Amino acid sequence: AALNDGLRSQVSAALKEGRVAPTELCQRCLALIKSTKFLNAYITVAEETAMKQAEESEERYKRGQPLGILDGIPVAVKDNFNTAGIETTCASNMLKGYISPYNATVVQKLLDQGAVLLGKTNLDEFAMGSGSTDGVFGPVRNPWSYSKQYKEKSVPKSDSEESDWVITGGSSGGSAAAVSSFTCFAALGSDTGGSTRNPAAHCGVVGLKPTYGLISRHGLIPLVNSMDVPGILTRCVDDAAVLLGSLAGHDPKDSTTIQDDFEPFELPNLTDVSKLSIGIPKEYHAPGLSSEILALWSKAADLFKNAGAKVVEVSLPHTRYSIVCYHVLCTAEVASNMARFDGLEYGHRSDMKDSTESMYAATRREGFNDVVRGRILSGNYFLLKQNYEKYFVKAQKVRRLIANDFVKVFRSGVDILLTPTTLSDAAPYTEFIQEDNRTRSTQDDILTQAANMAGLPAINVPTALSERGLPVGLQFIGRSFQEKQLLTVAKWFEKQVQFPMIQLEEVKRHDSGVFQHQKSASFS
Amino acid sequence: MPYGGESKLPDRNHVALQHSMPTACERPPVKRHLDLSQLRRFKEQPSSDAHRSLQHSRDKHRTCGPRSRRRGGAGATAGGLTGVVVRRHSPHSAPPSRTAFPRGRCGRLAAASGAMAAAVALAVRGCGGVWRRARQRGAGQPGPGPGPFPRGQRAVACNARGGAVPAGKSGLAPWVPVVGLEIHAQISSNSKLFSGSQVQFAAPPNSLVSFFDASLPGTLPVLNRRCVEAAVMTGLALNCSINKKSLFDRKHYFYADLPAGYQITQQRVPIAVNGCLSYSLCIDSKMSQMVTKTVRIKQIQLEQDSGKSLHDDTRSQTLVDLNRAGVGLMEVVMEPDMCCGEEAAAAVRELQLILQTLGSSQAVMAEGQLRVDANVSVHHPGEPYGVRTEVKNINSIRFLAKAIDYEIQRQIEELENGGTILNETRAFDSKLGCTVPMRDKEGKQDYRFMPEPNLPPLILYDTKSLPANMNHQQVINIDWIHERLPDLPSVKRKKLVEKYGILPEHSFTLLNEDGLAEFFESVVKRTQMKPKKVIGWILNDLLSYLKQHSLTVKESPVSSFLLGDLLNLLEKKEISSTAAKQVFAELWKGEGKTPLEIVKEQKLGLLQDQKELEQICQAVIDGQENEVMAIKAGNQKVLNKLIGLVQKKTQGRSNPVLVKQLLEKKLSE
Repeated sequence: AALNDGLRSQVSAALKEGRVAPTELCQRCLALIKSTKFLNAYITVAEETAMKQAEESEERYKRGQPLGILDGIPVAVKDNFNTAGIETTCASNMLKGYISPYNATVVQKLLDQGAVLLGKTNLDEFAMGSGSTDGVFGPVRNPWSYSKQYKEKSVPKSDSEESDWVITGGSSGGSAAAVSSFTCFAALGSDTGGSTRNPAAHCGVVGLKPTYGLISRHGLIPLVNSMDVPGILTRCVDDAAVLLGSLAGHDPKDSTTIQDDFEPFELPNLTDVSKLSIGIPKEYHAPGLSSEILALWSKAADLFKNAGAKVVEVSLPHTRYSIVCYHVLCTAEVASNMARFDGLEYGHRSDMKDSTESMYAATRREGFNDVVRGRILSGNYFLLKQNYEKYFVKAQKVRRLIANDFVKVFRSGVDILLTPTTLSDAAPYTEFIQEDNRTRSTQDDILTQAANMAGLPAINVPTALSERGLPVGLQFIGRSFQEKQLLTVAKWFEKQVQFPMIQLEEVKRHDSGVFQHQKSASFS
Repeated sequence: MPYGGESKLPDRNHVALQHSMPTACERPPVKRHLDLSQLRRFKEQPSSDAHRSLQHSRDKHRTCGPRSRRRGGAGATAGGLTGVVVRRHSPHSAPPSRTAFPRGRCGRLAAASGAMAAAVALAVRGCGGVWRRARQRGAGQPGPGPGPFPRGQRAVACNARGGAVPAGKSGLAPWVPVVGLEIHAQISSNSKLFSGSQVQFAAPPNSLVSFFDASLPGTLPVLNRRCVEAAVMTGLALNCSINKKSLFDRKHYFYADLPAGYQITQQRVPIAVNGCLSYSLCIDSKMSQMVTKTVRIKQIQLEQDSGKSLHDDTRSQTLVDLNRAGVGLMEVVMEPDMCCGEEAAAAVRELQLILQTLGSSQAVMAEGQLRVDANVSVHHPGEPYGVRTEVKNINSIRFLAKAIDYEIQRQIEELENGGTILNETRAFDSKLGCTVPMRDKEGKQDYRFMPEPNLPPLILYDTKSLPANMNHQQVINIDWIHERLPDLPSVKRKKLVEKYGILPEHSFTLLNEDGLAEFFESVVKRTQMKPKKVIGWILNDLLSYLKQHSLTVKESPVSSFLLGDLLNLLEKKEISSTAAKQVFAELWKGEGKTPLEIVKEQKLGLLQDQKELEQICQAVIDGQENEVMAIKAGNQKVLNKLIGLVQKKTQGRSNPVLVKQLLEKKLSE
């Protein structure tokens, strides 16, 4: 087993057969976290508890009673999920030092199945952003910035190598970087407008946004309740299916989860795609789409066509209203959700004591960054009585139209939609921060966010390297609650494209000798 | 809608409380100045044993209500309260839904007697029911009212014969007062509306707070099925149509006792709409002429209660208790169909009885389970409604009537003096008996309503629409609830009148006291005495004793069995009614004696020995020559005097009818 192995067939098997011990696996991940500290992927590393969990796992393996595939598997969790006893900060001054008394349902489920929680990963403050650059703990660096592939292909833009590093995308950039740099086998992100798929694309990992209502949001500190979904970041599609199986299902603590039982599944190896109908939404040929990605997209469509699948161009006419619609709905919910951070019950509290009101104001000014405050302000504006109909209600109607676009397309016989995940490969940090958060989010979410509006499952599959040697991914969007079909197709595609593995010096150092790298990122 | 059932936590808590009560030496030092760190560190079952140990020692403080707390300073009573150590800026900028804290627990008793007082007051001062008609027709005949009303008199707003309130000095068109009510009834449930924490009055501060109640990030609401059922029951009892689909909304404002920064309520589509409530009130002082009126119910909405803020002025800090935060409320909105305090009071009293009958709320005003805000305006007949004020801080039915009538009179005087009425919130000061403007928020509050995204629409079913394969736990069937509604007070009264032949107003009194009707029926069952006679004993004797001692019916030392036995003795002529009253007084002492035992012990039984009685009669005749002569001369009235003397000699133990016979016989001899 190697750090880059797939869970089901390899790591789990190795653990079961005793070829590797959970503590050993955990230690190697912890060591790698240390040596890749410069990535800034983790906000908190829970070394002690992780080792303890690994030891407990080891005991279970010794007794021959592991809890399942995830037993002993090191995982990381985005720092906007509550973890009992481990700081939960949302990369904000508001929650710096906040230790939640409870575990998010998804965290609890991971722990219940024996997973080893390594730590909490970096993000944009309160998950508001698309670069993982806007958190109080600083930006996350894309591991590919330090890969052999990038170093070889890209022409240094500046003299110092230091300023050439590229962003991870966001807001789950820490989780994507953690998975991509082999510091964990899987990570939880959250996805409101693309926050899991976007960094997955930039970091060359699989990023799954499940159907809204399939996985509990209880314990996920909300951005937009009606769109938030816990996201899954793994190195291969099979692993995403494993994670999904362990997380999905009704949660009595989240009334928006569906009641139906969820049956975990293993993905079949698809050999015949001739019965598939793949839709290519023309509106995703968006302004700003790089020619490189456009070419890759049509190459992927050809791949399906050549394999016998039906590939049709479809239209999702309301896609272009999605951004502005999202802006209204998102900020409105943000304004509401952030109201609880008043400094009274938990979190930062200002020393300002002139009056309760001035204490609130100072607390929120000190606790939130400009991005959060900006969204709160616009959200409150949209919710004002005189604006509510004009903005909020209208945006809700547009949202319904966007969702209906998908319904119509799927009703016409299309099984899966194939789109790019991002407009281009990852931008260098210095370039990225030239524009403000809002502009960037607007551009970056354009291809991912409609799926959140409609609540549909979508997945980023790493597809190829760009000319600069950076990962590029494509997105598959499926029917509601048809994760199995979506993942099956994604797995087939993953196998066809043979996305290259990241070549990192740090990883080699920690993973050489005993463990051999395999060539592909898909290990199952 | 996936419901969270009623939490089983309360039971567990209860057990924990009994078993884990630390002894005095284990008790940790009481923290005097708790600040938020206390709350910041609380756990899901935050009432640690340490906190619990404070429960008894703090009872006294807690039951005094906020006023005394304020006097005592925070240090003395803080308990688990959370201190927000900031100077109070505008303490009264509470939003409309917030009402005053309950006035402590000076007791259920006070509440009970308050209710009685209200009932009595209602009977004495009813008001005519023609305001609405006058308003609707726009006619407005000035009634022959009693003239200008000095401020402070209560019956000023309307009069028994109907007709608008005559104008004051201007002598122009009369005034029509319009009263609408917004009533918050706390749902009687084990756990809160959206969380599993227990609901309990006067628990140690911040001991009933779940993660959700404290709005910890990431927590989500889970609807309590029991609360929905209570609202459906209430809606049905108030003749509402129940919305098969209702929605939850967030109402935003910043306040220390609203941890999430918003309240979850039902602004767009409430659970029940378009109902009505019939209530009766006496329109003359003899309590014999009752009229029945109807007020329309606009809607009933489910919503969360807020926590409580206690402002400690001397220390410039606010203490927050979140025990009440998230408790389920039903807001009942009554249309402005009432015209005076007494009508409003009667309507609220009837609502209170209905809620208590249903068990959907305990509806004790003194404990804050029923909070009433009144919207009051006045206008001339035929003209549009006047600007209304909202009167808050009303914590008994008696004060409700008082506050409304004061406000009506105030508005009339204001307008007649050329002033204007501001659309403002006013607080009733029960000590001064007047309303005063609340230091209101600057400008109008915009609550920025938004759909609650974490709760799917609340779907209810009837038998027709009930899906076959639905999990029984997850559906609420309106028809099923309808079939199981208990008899409402109006029906109960009707049945009492029909079955026992008692007067309608007696049926009101019977239902006004919790358990009194059942007591009455139980006595009737046990005695041969006619119900019409029994009711006298219940209303005159039992009730006045209860009131005198501020006891509830359940606490009465005289049980229905004992009273039944007593009335049987009376009915069988074994004792006189005078003696019966003596026995009742003796029974009231609660010494465990039966009526018969008391009669024997105190020799209260009627003289059964005819010879002895004859001798006494003879002795009386012999001693009263003048009277005997008068009788013999034809003045039969004097006979009564002789009867009285016999009674006196026998200490009331003689049967007057028999005595009369004996005397007559002897005199005619």
